[in-house]
Amino acid sequence: MTFKRVAAASVAALMVASPVMADLVFPSLSYRTGPFAAGGIPYADGFADYMTLLNERDGGVGGVKLQVPECETAYNTEKGVECYEATKGEGALAYNPLSTGITYQLIPKATADDIPLYTPGYGRTSAANGNVFSHVFNFPANYWNGASAAVNHLLDLNGGDLKGKKVILLHFNGAYGKEPIPTLTALGEKHGFEFSTIPVDYPGQEQKSQWLQIRREKPDYVLFWGWGVMNQVAVQEAANIRFPMENFIGVWWSGAEHDVEPAGAAANGYKAVAFHGVGHDYPVFDDINKYVVDAGKAAGDGSNVGTVIYNRGVYAAMMLAEAAKKAQEIHGVKDITSGQMRDGLEQLEITNARMAELGMEGFGPEFKVSCANHGGPGTAAISQWDATAGKWSLISDFGPSDMDVIQPLITADSEAYAAENKIEPQCK
Amino acid sequence: MFYREAGDFKTSYKDDNQTFPIRLDRAGYWVALAVAFLIIPFFVNDYWVNAVFAPFFIYAIAALGLNILTGYAGQVSLGTGGFMAVGAYACYKLMVAFPEVSIVFHVLIAGGITAVVGVAFGLPSLRIKGFYLAVATLASQFFLVWLFNKVPWFYNYSASGQINAPERSVLGVIVTGPNTDAWAKYLICLVFLVGLAWVARNLTRGMMGRKWMGIRDMDIAAEIIGVNPLMAKMTAFAASSFFVGVAGALFFSVYLGAAEAGESFGITKSFLILFMIIIGGLGSIFGSFAGAAFMVLMPVLLKNVLVGMMGWPTDLAAHLEFMIVGGLIVFFLIVEPHGLAQLWRLTKDKLRLWPFPH
Repeated sequence: MTFKRVAAASVAALMVASPVMADLVFPSLSYRTGPFAAGGIPYADGFADYMTLLNERDGGVGGVKLQVPECETAYNTEKGVECYEATKGEGALAYNPLSTGITYQLIPKATADDIPLYTPGYGRTSAANGNVFSHVFNFPANYWNGASAAVNHLLDLNGGDLKGKKVILLHFNGAYGKEPIPTLTALGEKHGFEFSTIPVDYPGQEQKSQWLQIRREKPDYVLFWGWGVMNQVAVQEAANIRFPMENFIGVWWSGAEHDVEPAGAAANGYKAVAFHGVGHDYPVFDDINKYVVDAGKAAGDGSNVGTVIYNRGVYAAMMLAEAAKKAQEIHGVKDITSGQMRDGLEQLEITNARMAELGMEGFGPEFKVSCANHGGPGTAAISQWDATAGKWSLISDFGPSDMDVIQPLITADSEAYAAENKIEPQCK
Repeated sequence: MFYREAGDFKTSYKDDNQTFPIRLDRAGYWVALAVAFLIIPFFVNDYWVNAVFAPFFIYAIAALGLNILTGYAGQVSLGTGGFMAVGAYACYKLMVAFPEVSIVFHVLIAGGITAVVGVAFGLPSLRIKGFYLAVATLASQFFLVWLFNKVPWFYNYSASGQINAPERSVLGVIVTGPNTDAWAKYLICLVFLVGLAWVARNLTRGMMGRKWMGIRDMDIAAEIIGVNPLMAKMTAFAASSFFVGVAGALFFSVYLGAAEAGESFGITKSFLILFMIIIGGLGSIFGSFAGAAFMVLMPVLLKNVLVGMMGWPTDLAAHLEFMIVGGLIVFFLIVEPHGLAQLWRLTKDKLRLWPFPH
């Protein structure tokens, strides 16, 4: 019983210690521990550092300071729920949990609480249909765009013909890894390649049997949906069986520096899909170094600036900040609510001119969100790892994905969800 | 002193056999129930339900179930996570197929289905014992999770293999889905917990429980005095799996609202619940509660103290959490190998004599 009293006291103290409501609060449900921390740390750092940059350089958004309270989830859905409940009372404007599993938990909860979810490049793909998922945004690209971009790249390599080729999807055996399967199956039927899947169970530190199977089946290409420690192991195992690296293509979550560096020179040529630019040749990173890292205000140790996943955290934070600005404009108030934030996300427009102003020219695509389309343009490029130079570089332009295949799948999946949960279409 | 037993006479066997023979304990039990049912529901908010009460109640049900099997009947099981998954997926299929039936029945039927599955996987216990049985149940854990990942029928062919709990109500009050009020979520878990704890207590002190304990203490001796090992072991597996299945069904439908087999019901869940009953106390109803409280609430408490009050970085706090909880487990097991329940029993005995120990 004393235990409960201590718990009560401490939670009460937590409530008192909570930040004041006057700021724009973007909780970061991060994971700096556990098997996926390798990806979770740079993302959380990038997310927090960009918000700090806005506070330090511009005094926040529209004169209101930004706040990023962090909560550790360890990629665990139960902890994710606890974090959501713990932070939503602080006036959270939007959530970006960086976990497809947690996103699935939060979609109904956040919708009921009128708080938007922003899940760039992850989460529930069919949430691109804003007609059904009023509070979920996954622009500028989703898993199915990524799958299609990878297949488009294979088409380019083979002169537009994939007939008789064998493609294997090596994937995390969870919500995240299973997402691309319907699209790839449909694309396989369309282009005539033989498609099969090999799951890797959480956390994926042991993949000997999967790669033995790959060696036996001799696929032409392996697509890869992995995350965290799973990526390093897969790249290493691919090197061990001497699988040609240029035929091994990861999604954007499986293509960061820390994924390929452990395999050394053997990882040279490994490819990954990208939905934003790579490297640190963008003015925004100079500002981050100047105002955040050198000022000692960085969330991490500053060594991640310019790495792939860090950049993605910056990109996500930028979108949320722009949407907050948009929300302030639409509603004419500085201290926006989460409902107004949702409107800001839904009417967000990113132009090349604005990207240049932000110091991110050419970093991501131009697009406009609408009520029906929460998914953005879905453009993606292919990046390749150069082990000698130690950096990723884009080897193709940002191209469109096969929306003829993807759109019907999005419609079917979102309508099934709408029917199951009796959701009325929100767009008039 | 603390316990005033003077004048608390037992004049019948019934009185002597009651669950709380000491008057003060009895009063404490009724007060706790009254507080839980009549006071907390009016004050509880989303955070308290989702971070504290719902997981605590649901894990307590699962721990009760495993305690029946391992603590009372002596059959080690590492398949708890898999059986919870059976409960969750059974509940999901029932909820979707029969939306007009009350969720209470779905949860109970899900428990029943889990009981059948549990008996099937319990059959090897007739031939093998101890560690070997643990390995056989471990196989059930992996098989069940694999099955729910592999066969799309179980998750209604959804793209990601996730199952989502649709909105369902009990007597007009919504208890699953995002629009559930905090008190409704709290009460539905509490009602199941109190009901099942009452069943568990009465099962274990009746003939059934005595047979289980006979099998646990020495199976050959039990067989000689007329306990049918087949019946005893199978009923233990059935009762245990029923509890675990109900816990899994509530875990998915009421607490999380969405689940996937590998992430929510993996091997870590089996270990977590096994640790609960080891730390709480094998063969004790109170131990199941104490163990669940320790394993569920301790991390939340530590997190709130370290991050919320002391403002430490979240990763440092998360790592320290592991070390502190791990250290406490080692400490408790050294100080009292029979768990928190035994610690409480000893404290109680001391308090009955205090301040005049012999």
